[in-house]
Amino acid sequence: MIAGTRHPVWTTLEVAGAWLLGLLWLLPLLYAAWTAIHPAAYATHFTPDAPLTFANFVAAWHAAPFGRYLLNTFLLCSLILVVQFVVCTTAAFAFARLAFVGRDLLFGLVLLQLMIMPDALLVENYRTLAQLRLVDTITAIALPYLGSAFGIFLLRQTFMTVPQALDDAARLEGCGLLARLWRVYVPLARPTYVAYGLVSVSYHWNNFLWPLVITNSVTTRPLTVGLAVFATTDQGIDWSIITAATLMTSAPLLLAFLLFQRQFVASFMRAGVR
Amino acid sequence: MDATVTKGAGEATAPMSPPPLAGGGRGAGAMRGDAPPAPSPITPPPQPSPARGEGVASRSPHAREGVLRASLAAWGLVLPSLVLLVAFTHWPAVETLWDSLHATPRGSRPAAFVGLDNYRALLDDPVFLRALWNNTIYAAVTIPASVILALVMALAVNRTMPGRAVLRMAYFLPTMLPMIAVANIWLFFYTPDYGLFDQVLSLFGLGRHNWLGDAATALPAIIAVTVWKEAGFFMIFYLAALQTMPPDLHEAASLDGTPRFMFFRRVTLPLLMPTTLFVLVNAVVNAFRMIDHVVVMTRGGPDNATTLLLYYIYETGFRFWDTATAATLTVVLLAILASLAVLQFGVFGRRVHYR
Repeated sequence: MIAGTRHPVWTTLEVAGAWLLGLLWLLPLLYAAWTAIHPAAYATHFTPDAPLTFANFVAAWHAAPFGRYLLNTFLLCSLILVVQFVVCTTAAFAFARLAFVGRDLLFGLVLLQLMIMPDALLVENYRTLAQLRLVDTITAIALPYLGSAFGIFLLRQTFMTVPQALDDAARLEGCGLLARLWRVYVPLARPTYVAYGLVSVSYHWNNFLWPLVITNSVTTRPLTVGLAVFATTDQGIDWSIITAATLMTSAPLLLAFLLFQRQFVASFMRAGVR
Repeated sequence: MDATVTKGAGEATAPMSPPPLAGGGRGAGAMRGDAPPAPSPITPPPQPSPARGEGVASRSPHAREGVLRASLAAWGLVLPSLVLLVAFTHWPAVETLWDSLHATPRGSRPAAFVGLDNYRALLDDPVFLRALWNNTIYAAVTIPASVILALVMALAVNRTMPGRAVLRMAYFLPTMLPMIAVANIWLFFYTPDYGLFDQVLSLFGLGRHNWLGDAATALPAIIAVTVWKEAGFFMIFYLAALQTMPPDLHEAASLDGTPRFMFFRRVTLPLLMPTTLFVLVNAVVNAFRMIDHVVVMTRGGPDNATTLLLYYIYETGFRFWDTATAATLTVVLLAILASLAVLQFGVFGRRVHYR
């Protein structure tokens, strides 16, 4: 076999292999979809004439307050995103463009969070929030993630590529520190904000362990925790309804991904993490 | 949102420069900014290193006052993030260390200082040793498996072939699902008799098997879920790297008559090395971070066969309310993460050199 020239048999085999792997990868999702849109009797019984039904979705929607969970997740993601954008932007700007006493030490402290993930500290963080009397609030789910070393780092890298000349020009026009940040740096960093925003939203939409620990009521639980509670306690083994609920809760993000696939992938690339 | 430095460093040194998979070769936003050079009359040439800071102070006639004012402003800008980070990362980390040296407070009595007793107790704790062992196995299997699969997937969809876009999506889709949803779906698969696995096996005349209920198969079952979810995510990094590879390398090799496998081993693989390191680091961190599926699928059972380190922390802290042991376990986990971070710095430092 010479690079570049391939024997057709080889090519066919490779394509077939790639598709086999692809099918294997899709199988769990297809199976879940099948179960969700057919009556329970057909859950593991594959015939082409199985009747389609939406009853499982309806049953799941009524079996647990998914509307409320969805709202909670939405509020949580929005809160985190807005606060992260604001506090990361100002900090990143200071680290990127201002010379100040203790800068390197502070930046080192910030970077430490890249190593110590909030999840590892859940016992201590729970105690802190209990002392603040914030247990079982959406604020409490968000708090440990609001300061984001990752966001600061990402934005700092972007701000550092903004030409100094633009900054100087704005200063000549009489712009103060915050005005320059807002008018020069933030607009130029838009792709980074999109990337960081998508990564942040998909991380917190899917986050589970910390919300599980810190919430214990319907009015605060995000979708992931709501789904887990629903699947373990309420349903016994009605898999049709459980898979319907599972697909339903993943649907908004999945749909967003299918619609904005390019932006998502580009964002994950740019940011390198979820 | 947590990340490792290397992820950021990846952004900085661009292991996969442009994101070509996304097609829209949109460079950094800043690129739009350097259209007119517009040298300002005050600053002669644009500063070679923007990281130097804006240097208002040094030019100001009242230099010292300027430095002070600039510092105050900068501290003000950093303060909100700093407060949040200290309150939920640095302080709890210190507190954890402190708690690990004390007994769990009972009732109103203050916690007594016990030195290293908690650590000594861990060494005699069979569940801890089991968790450490499980986590080692889990990491040792999920990391290479998902990285190698990611490479295979990337190679597969890096060429023109029928249905490439669909295939790429099939590989990537599990990444977008919450781990909790993935766990639910796979829980269904693993159901004895009724689930997909047993259905398929029964075609071959093999009997029922309780995949998650059997200590021998529970951890492999959990591992399969992780690999399924992770491989597609790593694929996009490989794919991006493959697409930035200069095509003339391949042409030259085919003119020389280099065998394909040789080309892959001698050219493609070394060129992918930075990406591999980057992906490896992510995989390692994930191996110690992601336990959502354990919570849902097995709760660490049967008989602690699937207890991972973070799961044991969760259980000790929130089901047994044993804060001292939980703190000690957390210190162990932080120590593991810290040594991994040091390793990353070393590895990536070297990479920057040869680039």
